[in-house]
Amino acid sequence: MTATMSQVGGIVRRKEDPALIQGRGVYVDDIKLNGELTVAFVRSPFARARIISIDTSAALAIPGVRAVYTIDDVRSLGPLLAQIPIGKLRPLLADGVVNHVGEAVAMVVAEDRYQAEDGAEAVVVEYDQLPASVGLKFSATDEVKIHDDLDSNILHTWVSHDWWPGVFELEDHRPAIAAAKERDDVVIVSQEMVNQRLIPVAIEPRAVLADWSHGYDRVTLYTSSQIPHAVAGAIAKTFGLPVNGVHVIAPEVGGGFGCKLNVYPDEVLVCFASHKLEAPVRWTETRREAGYSTIQGRGWIGTATITGTRDGEILGYELDALADMGAYSQNFTVAIPVLGLYVASGQYNIPLAWSVKCVATNTQTTDAYRGAGRPEAAYYLERAIDMFATEIGMHPGDVRKKNFFKKEDFPATVPIGLTMDSGDYVTNLDKLLESSDYAGLKAMQEQARSEGRYVGVGLSTYVEVCGFGPSILAEFGFGWDGYGLPSSFSGSGLVRINPDGSATVFIGTGPSGQGHETTWAQIVSDRLGIAMEMIRVAHGDTTDSPMGIGTFGSRSAAVDGAATYEAAEKVRSKASELVAHMLEASAEDVRFADGGAHIVGTPGHKVTWAEIAEVAYKPHKGPEGMEAGLEAHAVFSPGNATWPFGSHIAVVEVDVETGNVDILRYLAMDDCGNVISPMIVDGQIHGGIAQGIGQALFEEAVYDENGNLLSGSLVDYPLPTASDLPMFELDRTVTPTDVNPLGVKGIGEAGTIGSAQTLVNAVVDALAPLGVKHIDMPLRPKKVWQAIQDAQEA
Amino acid sequence: MYPRSFDYVAAGSIEEAVGVLASNPGAKVMSGGMSLIPMMKLRLLSPETVVDIGRIGGLDTIEDKGDYISIGALVRHGAVASSALIGEHAKALQQAASWTGDPQVRNRGTLCGALAHADLAADTPAAALALGATMVAQGPGGTREIAAADFFVDSLMSALSPDEILVEARIPKRGGGSAYDKLGRRGGHSDYAVAGVAAWVSVSDGVVADCSIGITGVGTKPTLAVGSMEAMTGQGANGITAAADRALEGVTVLEDLYGSEAYKSHLAKVYTRRALEQAFAAAG
Repeated sequence: MTATMSQVGGIVRRKEDPALIQGRGVYVDDIKLNGELTVAFVRSPFARARIISIDTSAALAIPGVRAVYTIDDVRSLGPLLAQIPIGKLRPLLADGVVNHVGEAVAMVVAEDRYQAEDGAEAVVVEYDQLPASVGLKFSATDEVKIHDDLDSNILHTWVSHDWWPGVFELEDHRPAIAAAKERDDVVIVSQEMVNQRLIPVAIEPRAVLADWSHGYDRVTLYTSSQIPHAVAGAIAKTFGLPVNGVHVIAPEVGGGFGCKLNVYPDEVLVCFASHKLEAPVRWTETRREAGYSTIQGRGWIGTATITGTRDGEILGYELDALADMGAYSQNFTVAIPVLGLYVASGQYNIPLAWSVKCVATNTQTTDAYRGAGRPEAAYYLERAIDMFATEIGMHPGDVRKKNFFKKEDFPATVPIGLTMDSGDYVTNLDKLLESSDYAGLKAMQEQARSEGRYVGVGLSTYVEVCGFGPSILAEFGFGWDGYGLPSSFSGSGLVRINPDGSATVFIGTGPSGQGHETTWAQIVSDRLGIAMEMIRVAHGDTTDSPMGIGTFGSRSAAVDGAATYEAAEKVRSKASELVAHMLEASAEDVRFADGGAHIVGTPGHKVTWAEIAEVAYKPHKGPEGMEAGLEAHAVFSPGNATWPFGSHIAVVEVDVETGNVDILRYLAMDDCGNVISPMIVDGQIHGGIAQGIGQALFEEAVYDENGNLLSGSLVDYPLPTASDLPMFELDRTVTPTDVNPLGVKGIGEAGTIGSAQTLVNAVVDALAPLGVKHIDMPLRPKKVWQAIQDAQEA
Repeated sequence: MYPRSFDYVAAGSIEEAVGVLASNPGAKVMSGGMSLIPMMKLRLLSPETVVDIGRIGGLDTIEDKGDYISIGALVRHGAVASSALIGEHAKALQQAASWTGDPQVRNRGTLCGALAHADLAADTPAAALALGATMVAQGPGGTREIAAADFFVDSLMSALSPDEILVEARIPKRGGGSAYDKLGRRGGHSDYAVAGVAAWVSVSDGVVADCSIGITGVGTKPTLAVGSMEAMTGQGANGITAAADRALEGVTVLEDLYGSEAYKSHLAKVYTRRALEQAFAAAG
C-alpha cells in the first residue's frame, strides 16, 4: 500500500473518488432490505383548492397496494417541524386544502413502485378550486390571502437596522441617506431587478428508506441528507422517542446544494408507514416530482438604489425587495433573506437601508440553495455598483476600491452590527485586475467594437459570511432546537487511533460530494503523521458520529475541521507522552511524521503508529497510571463567522443578432484564508461558478399565473454542462482568519456568490453601446435580444 | 417516471415487428428509446405493446449506393456525425446529428427513430428536408417511399401508418453544398433548436441553380421554407438576405419558454441566412 503523507495545503487525490467514479459508491437507493415496500404520492394538480373528498378504494383494490394514507392517518403527528417556525408549517399531507401544485395529498404504499404509481393514479380526489396567489407583487397585496389563520401573505420583514431587536441596537441610516439624496452633487442610480427562482438539481434525487424495529422500539432511517442529526431529532420529536431511538444514516449523498438541508414530510411518513405496516418502507424521488417535493431557492424581486458623488463616494445603498417563501415554511425558509442581510453592504463601508419582505405564494417552499440569501444580496449590490460606475464614468474597480473597507479597518463592523474579522479587499482586486490584464481586456473590447463585435468585460467583488458563530446565534435560530436538539452551530470531531495504528475520524458533517474524507484525512495526517491511506473518515451515521450540525453554509472545514484539528491535537498530546515513555525522551521532543514518531534531532530513533497503539491499548506497557486507549473528541464553537471574499471577471461576446452569449474567459481571485486541500478548494470554486453561471444564463423555475411549474422537467430547465463553460482561470490571495486554529474560511458557496452578477455585468458592458442598462436573469438569448430591441426603440 | 404496464416484444426481424404492429393497434416501435422511454415514464404515452427493433441485425449500416446514401433504421446519431461519407455529401445532416442531444443520446438514439418521432424542435428533420431525403417505410404490404417534404405531418406526427416502420433514410448525392445552423435552448448549439435551419444549394456560374431549406424549432413541425427556396433560386450570394426574409412563408410560429413569436420569427430569418451563406460557400 502506498503511504501518502499529506500536510495541510498539499495537493492529493480525493479518497472518495475510486468508489464514486467506478459507480461503486452506496447511495440510499442502493441499499436493499428484505420485504421492503415502496411509496408513491398522489399530488395536487391545483395551486390552491379545497379538498372535498379522497376516495382510496380503487387504489386499494390494485394488486400489491398495501395501504393508502391521508392526513387523517397522520394528523396526530402534527405538522412538519421547522427550525424557523414563522409562517404556515407544512402538514405532513394536505390537510383540507392544497396550497401548491404537486403538494402531496395521499401516500400509497405497495410492494413495488409500479404498483404504487398505479395506485396513486387510482386515488380519486375531488377538489374545489380556489383562486391562487402566485407572483410576488400580487401576493404581497393580500388580494388572495393564502392561509386563513395568518394575518397576511407577508410573513416577516427583515430591516437592516432592526433585524434582531433587543440584541443589536443599530443606527438607522435612512435619514442620512434621505439627506444625501437632497444634495445637488449626487448621482442616484436605481433599478428594479429579478433574482429568479431556481430548482436545486442534485444529481441524486432525494431518497428515504425507513425500517422500524418493533422489537427494539427504534427506527433506522436511511436518507439522502446534509443534516442527519437534525433529521434524527425531528423524527424522534415527532414520534415521541428519545433521539437515541432514531438511527439516521446518510450514506453517499449525491449533491445537495442546500436542498437536502431540510427535514421533509416523506422522511416522517416512511417512518410512520414502516411502523404501521411492520416492513421497511422506501421512497425515491423521481426527477419529475423533484420540482414539487424538494425546496427551491432564490426568487426575489427588488429595487436597488445607490446614492453617491461623482467622484465615486457611495453615500447610501438601499434595497427594497420581496422574497418568495412559497406556500409553507420549512427548515429555515423565512430566515434565508437574513443571510443576505449579513452581507447586504458587502465589502463596502457605506450606509445601508435594506428591507426584504418575505411573501408567501401558492408555490413550492423555498429555502437554502447554495449561497442562500448571499448570492441575492451580492447580485443586487454589485449590479447597482456597476450601474453607478457606468453612470459616473468611473472604472468599476476604482469605485469599489474607493468604498472598500481597507486592510487597516479590520476588524470591521458592518451596519447590521456584525464584525468581519479579517479582509484585504484592495490587494485581492488589484491582483485580479493585474493578472487578468484588465486594461488589455478593455483594449481588446474596443478593438472588437471597431469590428462590429460586442465584447463585454464584467467585474464583481463579493464578501461571504459562513461557518456561523458565535454560539449566541443559537438564540436567533442557528441550532437544531426546532428538532428537539438544543444546540448551536458548533463543530465536532473524534479521532480514534485503532489498536493496529490506523485512525478512524468521526465527524459531525453531512457531506454530499465536498471531499470531506480527503480534507479531514489531510488535517489528521498533518497533525499525526499518519498516512492518508491509514485514515478512514466516517460521517453521516448518527449512532457512530458525535452530535453534528451537518454540512451547509460553507461551515464544515471552518467549524468541524477545526474540531477535528483540536481532537487530533489532544491525541497528539497523549501520544507524545506514550512515545516519550517508549523512547525514553521528553514529550516536548517528540515529532510525528512518516507513519510514526521520532525524537527531534534523532530521526533514526523512532516508533511506528502500530507500536504506539499497542502501548496505548496495553496500559502495562505504558506510563504508570495512564488511561488506556488513544482517542479524543473535541467540540469547536467559533467566536465568529468567517468572511471569505474575492473578485471575479468574465469576458463575454454577445451575438446581437440572436442574443446568444458566449463566455470567452472567466477569471476568479478568491480568498478563503489558508487552504487545506487546494484541488478540493478549486473544485468547490469551479462548481460554484458553474451554478452562478447557470443562474445567469440558463436556469429558472417558471410558474404560470395558475401556479403550474412550467419548467419542472430538465427538458425545460437547462443546466449548465461542461461544454457550455469556459476553462476557469483561478488564483487566490490568502488572508487567514484567527477565528479557527486552521485559519480557514468557507469556500463552498463563494463561487456562486461571486459569479452571477459578474456575467450580467459583462453582458451589459458588451451591450452598452446599444443603450442596454440591465437585463434580468436568466440571460437567455430571447431576453438579450429583446433588451437590445427595447433599447434601440427607446 | 414509472410507466404503466406494457407488453414487450423483441422483434427478430422487421417483418415480425410489422406483424406485431399490425395486430396490436396500441403498439409502438422502439429503436434507441431516447424519446419513447421518457414519454412512457412520464405517462404521457402508454402503449400496450413496445416492439423493440433494436436487436435486429444488419440495420445499422451507412452505405454508398451510387446516387444516394442509405442509412439503416438502427444507425445512431453518433455514427451519422462521424461518417466521412455523410460529411462529404450531406454536411447539413452531419452537423445536425452532431448537435443532437448529448454523447449518451447520440450513442443510443437513432437517426431514423428521431425522424419518425418528428419532434418539432429536433435537428435532423431540417437536414432531411433540405437534403431531399427519401424515407423508406415498411408495412404489412411491403415497402413504400415517402419524400421528406411529405413526411413531417405535424408535431410528433409523421406520414407513417401505425403499422409501418421507417427502415431506411436515403440521402441523394446531389452535389452542391449544404449546412445546418441553429440556436440551441442552452445557447450556442446546445440542446433542442429554438430555431434551426438546414440549407442545400447547387451553384452554377455563381448563381443558385437549385436549393432547398428545412426549418425546425420555430413552428408546429419541421418544414420546408418554400418562400426562401423560390427567392434564392437564380440568385447569387447577394440575394441571400432577401431570400432569408421570406423564411416564414407557410410556417406557423409557436411561442414557447425559449422565445416569443417575434423573436423566433426573427431567428428563422437569421438562421436561414446563415445556413444559406454556409451552404453557398460550401457549394463554391
